[in-house]
Amino acid sequence: MRRGLLLLTVLGIAACGSPGPAEQSRPPAVLRWGGDAEGGAPFVEADPGNPAKVRGFDVDLVEAIANGLGRRAQFTQVAWASIEQSVARGDFDVGMSGLEDRAELRARFAVSLPYYEFREVLAVRPADSLRVRSLADLAGKRVATLGSTMAYRLLLEAQQQHRVVPVSYDDDVHPYTDLLEGRVDAVLLDHVIAERALRRTPGFIIQPAVVARGHYVAVFPHERAALRDSADAVLIARMRDGTLATIFRSWGVWDDEQATYQRQLLARVDSAGGVVDTTSHEAAATSVLAYAPSLLRAAAITLGISVAAMVLAVLLGGAIAAGRIYGNALARGLLTTYVEVVRGTPVLLQLFVLYYGLSAFVKLPALLAAILGLGLNYAAYESEIYRSALQAVPRLQLEAARTLGLSEWQVFRLVRGPQAFRLALAPMTNDFVALLKDSSLVSVITVVELTKQTAIYATNVGSWLVPGLLCATLYLVLSLPLSRLARRLEARWHV
Amino acid sequence: MSDAAPVLQIDRLRLSRIDSSKPRDVLRDICLTLPAGRICALMGVSGAGKSTVLRAVVALEAFDHGMIVVDGVSLHAGPVPREALLRDFRGKVGMVFQQHALFPHLTVRENVTLALIHAAGVSTHQADQTAESLLQSLGVAHRSAAYPTQISGGEAQRVAIARALALDPPLLLMDEPTAALDPARRSALAETLRALAAAGRTLLITTHDIEFAKAAADEVAIMAHGEIVEQGPARRVLEAPAHEATRALLRHERE
Repeated sequence: MRRGLLLLTVLGIAACGSPGPAEQSRPPAVLRWGGDAEGGAPFVEADPGNPAKVRGFDVDLVEAIANGLGRRAQFTQVAWASIEQSVARGDFDVGMSGLEDRAELRARFAVSLPYYEFREVLAVRPADSLRVRSLADLAGKRVATLGSTMAYRLLLEAQQQHRVVPVSYDDDVHPYTDLLEGRVDAVLLDHVIAERALRRTPGFIIQPAVVARGHYVAVFPHERAALRDSADAVLIARMRDGTLATIFRSWGVWDDEQATYQRQLLARVDSAGGVVDTTSHEAAATSVLAYAPSLLRAAAITLGISVAAMVLAVLLGGAIAAGRIYGNALARGLLTTYVEVVRGTPVLLQLFVLYYGLSAFVKLPALLAAILGLGLNYAAYESEIYRSALQAVPRLQLEAARTLGLSEWQVFRLVRGPQAFRLALAPMTNDFVALLKDSSLVSVITVVELTKQTAIYATNVGSWLVPGLLCATLYLVLSLPLSRLARRLEARWHV
Repeated sequence: MSDAAPVLQIDRLRLSRIDSSKPRDVLRDICLTLPAGRICALMGVSGAGKSTVLRAVVALEAFDHGMIVVDGVSLHAGPVPREALLRDFRGKVGMVFQQHALFPHLTVRENVTLALIHAAGVSTHQADQTAESLLQSLGVAHRSAAYPTQISGGEAQRVAIARALALDPPLLLMDEPTAALDPARRSALAETLRALAAAGRTLLITTHDIEFAKAAADEVAIMAHGEIVEQGPARRVLEAPAHEATRALLRHERE
């Protein structure tokens, strides 16, 4: 019964696909879709021939769906981790970019047929290929993956069971380069991603054992279930006529297992006659309490990184400021260049260069790179504060100190420095609060701090409301006492 | 003049500055000799060069020609030497700035002990004792724990004197000490300075205040356009001026 209806829909769509002469003048309706071209081939990538366009199997699929619906596909770029939130906001009709099927997703969205089955596989260095075959072999070892993915959740489970150390990345390239460099001991990711990474950076082994299976789906807003049903009908039709196989083959992601999967899927569609849900319906009871410990731990990491980076920034900034005032022309030139370069380039770029760019020479641990990156960056800003504060100390104060027989160093240490420090206190507090929040940037180099942990939490529960409020509260709890302390010191020092 | 070596000897001090591209003489052949226990008031209209003389004597200002000798230690023409080379000199001259220039981040006591501890290497305990007795003698011991922003202008001046005397210099310089004082305080200050001189200290003071100069100073030197135009015992010069510039100054100050 359902199947007949479905076939009818398909036929109807097929009719729409070849519009009559009367309709030809009207431009076809648009199917707005969102994906992440940064995710790259074979999913979605910028077309090297025409970077304004995208290509990939998800692109071909969405075009096939749009075609079947009599529409024209229109692409919107959105960061992979934000695709679902963008769908929920209604930024576009469908999100598609290797999105993983899971129970929480189905609870909040109209989810398409699972059009592709991927396998979570382990990548290891050749030397470990005999020893490390499963997650159980990785006790105490660092295992990399993409944050907010099924693989990351598998690693969190393995952390409990096998004491594996999960390392979360914001992109799927660096886990593999870091594997080759020895920063991590294994990578757990989709076989599609693993095989692409192997083509790009050979030198590691993909273990044949399948750790888990998952499925890619297209995600529609909850209230657009009808559109989803139409799209599913197109997908089934294209699966039956071999179009999907052709697309997957052309992108090198077709194999026997995929053929088997499609056969089974079509059989299930035939027997169930409806939407196929491949997720296991385990209770997704993700309460605030369950996430509280990890959020608190992340807040501690945020605070630790910020305090350490600030100490570095204060010490180095003081030295830079002193060098720019007391140093010779060469020192002044070098320090001015440092300040201008560091202030004139994004801290995100500096973190990338420090962690990945320099990894051929020094392999900094992520936490150290985060502290160094933020500290070196903020030192430039602090130095400007100290420089102006030092220059704001009246000359008469310095002369009075000299007439007392103090050496230049003593004048700096006992009179100029302490007075400048008092002047610098308010802007320094300001900077420290800014640093506290800028520390969220270090998630790009695999440090899971407060904001990243909140994002993981939000992805899992499918809403930013509660996680966002909790996260904001924690940041305020960290920053408000600081402002208070600064006010009290200012009052005590009679600034 | 006493036959003992003078505490301050300024010999043909000359200084010119480039003002709007043409050189201007700031000091012209200043000569001044002061024995121990003498108070000299340097007087003249604003811009006559009084403060520049003080700044040169305390080695904050370079001069082009001439020499300054304080208690046997000399300063020569040329750029101000680095602090390391001024070590011997610094202990010889104390300076009280017109704005006092107390260190706002230190208490009154710490202002006085700073030079003792860090320049003279005296122990903290002993420095505290010295500071207490100095502050006591100047009548501000009760403010020793206060910060400079918490005390009055008159108190700040006394603290500044105590700080300048911490290293027990034979020569004390004061720039316009009467500028912010009411008449009662001026005579009290004159008393204080007389007491310092009686104890053997030499003082060189710039001031506009004729009555104060008469009350406090042994001798005056009148400056005009960078030169000392008249010099002699305070009462004689101020009551029977010989130079036109002195008469002009007296007229100007009485109005």
